[in-house]
Amino acid sequence: MAALNNLTEHLEAFVDVTRSPTHHAESLKAIATSLEKGVLSINQLVVEMDMYLTTTDDVVRARGSILLLAEMLDYLKSKPLDNAVVHSLIGFFTAKLAEWRSVRGALSGCLALIKRKGVAGVVTAVDAEAVAKSMAQSIQVQSLALYDRKLCFELLECLLEQYPEAMINLGDLMVYATCEAIDGEKDPPCLMIAFHVVELLARLFPSPSGPVASEASDLFEFISCYFPLHYTHTKGDEASIPREDLSRGLSLAISSTPFFEPYAIPLLLEKLSASLPVAKVDSLKCLKDCAVNYGVSRMKKHYKDLWPALKDALYASTKTDLSFGLESLTSPGFEMGEIHREAVNLLQRLVKQDISFLGLVVEDIRVNMVFDTISRYLRYEEMLDTSKLEVLVVSQILSVSARSSVESCNIIFETFFSRLMNTLGIVEKTSPGDLVHNENSTVSTRLYHGGLHLCIELLTASKDLIPSSEECTSTPESAQQSWCSIVNRFSASLIEAFTSAVQSSNDDCSADAYLGVKGLLAMGMFRGGSSPVSRSEFEKILTTLTSIIAANSAKTVKWELALKALVCMGSFIDRYSESEKAMSYMAIVVENLVSLVRSSHCSLPHPMILEATSEVCSTMPTYVEKMVEGFEEAFCSSFSDFCVNGNFKSIENCSQLLECVTNKLLPRLTEIDGLEKSLVNFAISMWNQIESSIVFSYDFNGREFVEAAMKTMGEIVGVASVDSQNSIIQKAYNVISSSTLPAMESIPLTVAALEGLQRNLSTRDELILSLFASVIIGASPKASIPDVKSLVDLFLVSFLKGYIRAAQALGSMINKLVTGSGGTNISTDCSLEEACDIIFHESDSSKTICGSETFLGKICLGFCGSLDLQTRAITGLAWIGKGLLMRGDKRVNEIALVLMECLKSTNSSGNALHPSAMKHAADAFLTLMSDSEVCLNRKFHAVIRPLYKQRFFSITVPILESLIVNSQTPLSRTMLHVALAHVVSNVPVTVILDNTKKLLSVILEGLSVLSVDSVHKETLFSLLLVLSGTLTDIKGQQSVSDNAHRIIECLVKLTSYPHLMVVRETAIQCLATLLELPHGRIYPFRREVLQAVTKALDDPKRRVREEAIKCRQAWTSISSRSTPF
Amino acid sequence: MVSGLINENPTVYERKERRVRTDSTNSDEFSVEPIDQLEIFDILFFDFAFINIHHIRDIRDPEHPYSLEQLKVLTEDSVEVDDLKSYVRVTFTPTVEHCSMATIIGLSIRVKLMRSLPPRYKIDIRVAPGSHATEAALNKQLNDKERVAAALENPNLVEMVDECLSPSFE
Repeated sequence: MAALNNLTEHLEAFVDVTRSPTHHAESLKAIATSLEKGVLSINQLVVEMDMYLTTTDDVVRARGSILLLAEMLDYLKSKPLDNAVVHSLIGFFTAKLAEWRSVRGALSGCLALIKRKGVAGVVTAVDAEAVAKSMAQSIQVQSLALYDRKLCFELLECLLEQYPEAMINLGDLMVYATCEAIDGEKDPPCLMIAFHVVELLARLFPSPSGPVASEASDLFEFISCYFPLHYTHTKGDEASIPREDLSRGLSLAISSTPFFEPYAIPLLLEKLSASLPVAKVDSLKCLKDCAVNYGVSRMKKHYKDLWPALKDALYASTKTDLSFGLESLTSPGFEMGEIHREAVNLLQRLVKQDISFLGLVVEDIRVNMVFDTISRYLRYEEMLDTSKLEVLVVSQILSVSARSSVESCNIIFETFFSRLMNTLGIVEKTSPGDLVHNENSTVSTRLYHGGLHLCIELLTASKDLIPSSEECTSTPESAQQSWCSIVNRFSASLIEAFTSAVQSSNDDCSADAYLGVKGLLAMGMFRGGSSPVSRSEFEKILTTLTSIIAANSAKTVKWELALKALVCMGSFIDRYSESEKAMSYMAIVVENLVSLVRSSHCSLPHPMILEATSEVCSTMPTYVEKMVEGFEEAFCSSFSDFCVNGNFKSIENCSQLLECVTNKLLPRLTEIDGLEKSLVNFAISMWNQIESSIVFSYDFNGREFVEAAMKTMGEIVGVASVDSQNSIIQKAYNVISSSTLPAMESIPLTVAALEGLQRNLSTRDELILSLFASVIIGASPKASIPDVKSLVDLFLVSFLKGYIRAAQALGSMINKLVTGSGGTNISTDCSLEEACDIIFHESDSSKTICGSETFLGKICLGFCGSLDLQTRAITGLAWIGKGLLMRGDKRVNEIALVLMECLKSTNSSGNALHPSAMKHAADAFLTLMSDSEVCLNRKFHAVIRPLYKQRFFSITVPILESLIVNSQTPLSRTMLHVALAHVVSNVPVTVILDNTKKLLSVILEGLSVLSVDSVHKETLFSLLLVLSGTLTDIKGQQSVSDNAHRIIECLVKLTSYPHLMVVRETAIQCLATLLELPHGRIYPFRREVLQAVTKALDDPKRRVREEAIKCRQAWTSISSRSTPF
Repeated sequence: MVSGLINENPTVYERKERRVRTDSTNSDEFSVEPIDQLEIFDILFFDFAFINIHHIRDIRDPEHPYSLEQLKVLTEDSVEVDDLKSYVRVTFTPTVEHCSMATIIGLSIRVKLMRSLPPRYKIDIRVAPGSHATEAALNKQLNDKERVAAALENPNLVEMVDECLSPSFE
């Protein structure tokens, strides 16, 4: 009962037009839920609504009741209903269709019921028929409002889709109703449905005596008036249907039934000849649809008109500039507009569908004339624009036709190919292997560019027609493939012709080379066993291209073209897994290039060989293996050549080779299978080579080589799996233990012993040490490193001797070692704690600390040892600290304290610190905070704790600030500012924004301190960037506004900073940004700012002047209007 | 203001492809890049619009919505500049001989340059010889310091000049 009470309430609410739509929706929802839950039945609802359904008040009746009922049904789509209920409801709605006041409710009610599917209680066919009849008779669609019209069309669509039999019974009536409904419709969403309705009708009445056939002309008239679609209101209606979709719908409607053909095709041809591009594109698309749906026999009548129109469209849409560039080697070489593309599609469709259309093409006078045009000009650029157009379009027409089907290809080749060959003077092979030589005959090859282009287009088109190997067996090799035999007859001579085109080309004209290479590429891309190009010919192509690459001594267009062609062929072979061709490719291209890499003397510069080899070989895994093997050998031979003979050229080759591995191969690791394994082998053989060359008879200062080797080694280890890393590490460890390096481990860590050390490692040891450090840097935390303790010793001593790489390796090791006592990981024999013990090597006590009391700390603070030792120790400490910092270890705090201690002017014992040591200490903060490229990053598997920078920031900044306040000398003050600037500028900007209030004054002070000396210009710039970040942000706005006077003062000074242009530029930009502050706050400074900016108008750098003009303009505009300049 | 346009149907030329600076990647920190012809031309045309970088602001012909460049009133070659002597001369060509707008165009050019060049510069604005009926008077008027200053105290004139220098949204 309660439900019923509520119901009355909700009904009242829904019927009341004065209430808001949300209110209506709510009450609707409430009723629907109770219906769905079964609390209320439809019958009850109807009974309850009795009054509203029969009242004489039109508004209440239409809106309240009928619409309510309809919307309710829409909600209950999936609720099973009794068939009797459905029947009575649909009867009710059908009757109401006649009453115009309640038409919306009636329409949506019918629609909701008709849409019901399956078991949920559906409308019977008889009822549906009644709905359709009532609708056709009593509704004038075009007199309704937009939403109602849409409902009408949806209802029609639904009826046609769901009750086809019933609608067939109605026959003519439906067609009339549709015609009437569409007539004059202008709204895109309605039209979209209307077009679909036409399509459905056409499908329902396919018979030639049916209603659609008899009414075709009327129906077509109503839809054709929309063609081509043009939106008059383009903007503002985003929810509406895009033009493309609607145009597609129209096209489907027009092409829906063959009965439209007598009217449609003439109309489309007429529109095609229009000058409006949209009309052209739409007509071409629609013609294609028509060709598919109307059938060959009907289309045939129009061929005579269709062909010239199509040809004209092609001519009009082709541009004459043919590109001879590298990028167009695998594409047609000219721009394709939309019209062009659609025209091509249509042509292909027509030819594919009916071979007799090809007759028109073949007999066309313009097509046949092209051979004359070709033979008139030798070079493409000599041609007149009209001739160029002729050649391009005809090539396009012929190649598209050839591509359509095997039959059409045969016809095209039979008709034109021999003629083309005659024109070009290419002779056919009389018997296998026997070639008619040019010098014997009077005809010699004439390489007309136009002809070559046509020939290439034809060959490229035909290559897609070769069936893949599986299909090949099913279709008998009959006369179907006659084009194949034609190409086969000419293939040898064609290859020769293309080869001579390439060879005759000179540098200033790339067209010859381009056409030649493209031709060879086309010949080389025929698939499968039934290819018209024999294996020996294919090999000839490869040989030619390879020889082009090997013969050139500079990077010419020809060289690049040939390389690209080879790469294309390589990936083609890989894609279609052509084993036979892969073998030829391997034997001719890969082996040749790899042997070039190996041989130390050839005309081609080494980097070019490397580039060619790496490009070509990355097309297939087996080639990659081969290549890396070749690289290995080349590296070994060059390296030993250098060691034994002192050939500096070989060491240069070595570094180029390593660079190639790093830059070309490593980035493609994920693309190429098996590359990782080969590279690991490569790394191991590098170690082998170094191990075996015991004596470096020539001292070399080849920094370049060492750098390249370190980089390659580090990156290979970085990408390798843990197992491979282990084997590399083991190998490297063996090498290192056989060298003289272990002797260093035993050096006691005392000042006296360390003072005695010079940079006295031999070249070989230095190389080994650097490489080993790289291996350690790249190793993942899971890799097992043998004998960690002595390695820590080794690195410690060597960084104190000045090898920074060793410090980085030590930092990486510290970063990745396992913590904890005993070690859960068996592979390491040393835990983090033990390693730290060794490093910080307490001088007296047994406490494990790493602060200033330690040996290392004492060196840093200058208690003992020379200045050199001190600076090295500081740098080393920074790297160790970085390793600790990134893993979130507490020890870093003490290291930071030591470093800050170094920034004070005097140490605890009262001795003044050397400026250079202070500078190193300040830079140590950059090392700690910045992201390093060379070690301790994600690529090298560093252990990175989140927010480590923020943590360091919050620890160090307060201390640094208080140190700045208490600093005693200007130098110490500057250095503290440098350190602070490093910390501040490397922390994420959000942290700064949270602390703007605190930081702003110290940043400003820093800016003025750092601007004194040009040494700090980079630091100054990064600090300025931090400031500029705070200016624009809403969080910082308040404190910026409070400090406006200081900020402006500081920025004004920086506008004339002489040492770095970007500083001046940024300062001026910041000044312009400040205009966003409240007017009253900045107005007092305008004179000062304008003066500074006016001075900047005369800046030596143009970019600064440009900024100054903008800034000046902006600041002028806030001063009074009476001063125009 | 005049009623009706003085030149109702001006010839509109296509914009010339802009000369691109080749030495833009000058890495030397201390080398001097003197103010040159192109830079002045850029100041006059290619606006480094402060508020909206995406729109090109040109000085516009007061009569037509076309920019002076499109009407060939100004070309790059019509700018002469000597950075060492701090001297710049701009020669412009009014579209018709009796164009009464020539003074406003000249004044706009002068104001734009005064705002954008260092104060050391002497600016000389001229009408191309033979292109205007009252050429001599015009040249005298445009280069008379007192008269220019006086003109810029007239709020109506300043408004017109600002209008000319305002962005045209293309």
